[in-house]
Amino acid sequence: MMKKKLVEKGMEYLFLLAALVSIVAVLLICFFMFVNGFPAIKEIGFIQFIFGTNWSPGNEPPSFGILPMIVGSLYVTAGAVIIGVPLGIFTAIYMSSFCKKRLYRFLKPITELLAGIPSIVYGFFGMVILVPFIRVFFGGNGNSILTAALLLGIMILPTIIGISEAALRAVPEAYYEGAVALGASHERAVMFTILPAARSGVLASVILGIGRAIGETMAVIMVVGNQARIPDSILEGVRTLTTNIVLEMGYAADLHREALIATGVVLFVFILILNMCFAIVKAKSEVR
Amino acid sequence: MKNKSKPHRDPLSLLIRIVVKAAVAITSFVLLFIVAYITVKGLPHLTPDLFAYTYTSENVSVFPAIVTTILMVLISLAITVPLGIACAIYLVEYAKRKNHAVKYIRLTTETLSGIPSIVYGLFGLLFFVTTLKWGFSILAGAFTLAIMILPLVIRSTEEALKSVPDPYREASFGLGAGKLRTLFKIILPSAVPGILAGVILAIGRIVGESAALIYTAGTVAKIPEDVFASGRTLAIHMYALASEGLHIDQAYATALVLLITVFIINIFTSFLAKKMTKG
Repeated sequence: MMKKKLVEKGMEYLFLLAALVSIVAVLLICFFMFVNGFPAIKEIGFIQFIFGTNWSPGNEPPSFGILPMIVGSLYVTAGAVIIGVPLGIFTAIYMSSFCKKRLYRFLKPITELLAGIPSIVYGFFGMVILVPFIRVFFGGNGNSILTAALLLGIMILPTIIGISEAALRAVPEAYYEGAVALGASHERAVMFTILPAARSGVLASVILGIGRAIGETMAVIMVVGNQARIPDSILEGVRTLTTNIVLEMGYAADLHREALIATGVVLFVFILILNMCFAIVKAKSEVR
Repeated sequence: MKNKSKPHRDPLSLLIRIVVKAAVAITSFVLLFIVAYITVKGLPHLTPDLFAYTYTSENVSVFPAIVTTILMVLISLAITVPLGIACAIYLVEYAKRKNHAVKYIRLTTETLSGIPSIVYGLFGLLFFVTTLKWGFSILAGAFTLAIMILPLVIRSTEEALKSVPDPYREASFGLGAGKLRTLFKIILPSAVPGILAGVILAIGRIVGESAALIYTAGTVAKIPEDVFASGRTLAIHMYALASEGLHIDQAYATALVLLITVFIINIFTSFLAKKMTKG
């Protein structure tokens, strides 16, 4: 009997130990990113690093300003949100409130497949289809903010559709019935009662979508042009925080390498802020 | 009044209907277009040569990349699956509601699932490759990916465990079984399809991952001799082909191989999910 109790207790601690791994992982990631990134920020100077507009690691003396990359990331992400969010939310509305069961059985796998396509395949698709398309119809050389925004807009669709649809479905039936009883048409009831009631879930999906867009690397690198400059128009190429790392990490050394890690730290901080927003929105939606 | 209750009569309702339908049409079109385009362009180049045993610069065989990918999947899963399942077991079966540890575990798993793959790649480079001195290796890549897929495995196992009805547990306890016996004989077996669905999704993420691997596992296009050798997975292989620009046809074919993998994975997961809900 004693032995059995011991085994039971022992296993419980073993499970607890395994459960603590994710905490350890997050701490390790934070530790290694910050410890390796901060010295560079200190050496370059925080203001110089974040607000410097000149990234030329090869110059003598080198200059490490990542403002162009921050601006690039923000432009591309904003574009993706403008394209992907309305498209995703309307698709979610259709899937939750308009389509018949048979059509749903066709649409659901489509969104799941969109979520499963690797980013490298998206990037390749962007390179062979979207880049020439933008070049022919909008001008420029095709590798541009617009192209990347379009591609990322597509890539965040499954995130937005999946979570928004779940939020829309979670709205109590009584809301809809009440609206219809007051004389609203089906369309109006869905748009003006169900959608507002699901807003925190929809907002959560948008935040996750932004996180996905700002962190995307391999798809963006193939369509965005990768010039480290502050752009004048959306048809110009830019470089994002993520692509800056992949492009130069292969040959960077010393301060250059540390500056790239610091670029990762900036990205990481962006993501942590987004995560916090997500946690707050989620907590709010659970309270209601 | 009559007009309002009938659909399609008032202009706003009609507009809403048109907008949502257009959105669905665009979404579906995008996916079908991507799949169709890659299939049409890639299928003619899915030749036996593409699967030759060795990679040469003339014949860019995907075979070594496939071997590396399989290795990567196996090692990452071997690390993450036991850990993730044990973590989920603790969260669902053992932890009390207001336990502080649980709060932090949930917070950190959510944080992990939000971290972009390039940050994982940087971390892997700093920790596994540089600090632990593993160099660019399959092992460094697999450990990096193992952390990346951990939240996915935890969450799907949690869902699967939660969906096991409480009477199962009560009946088992009632018959005198202890907590562990109940767990291993009753709860886990009935949660298997759900756990498996999560594991398969994780495989999908590993197969498609590129940013986290490029500076951890490296890009050597050979079959790795051991886990400390560098190797490129299919996704990295495809990135190399596409950015070199010399073998675009083979890049299409590799994209098709990746798409087919994703397709099979999706079929499996939805099949398992159905099995789980039918219970």
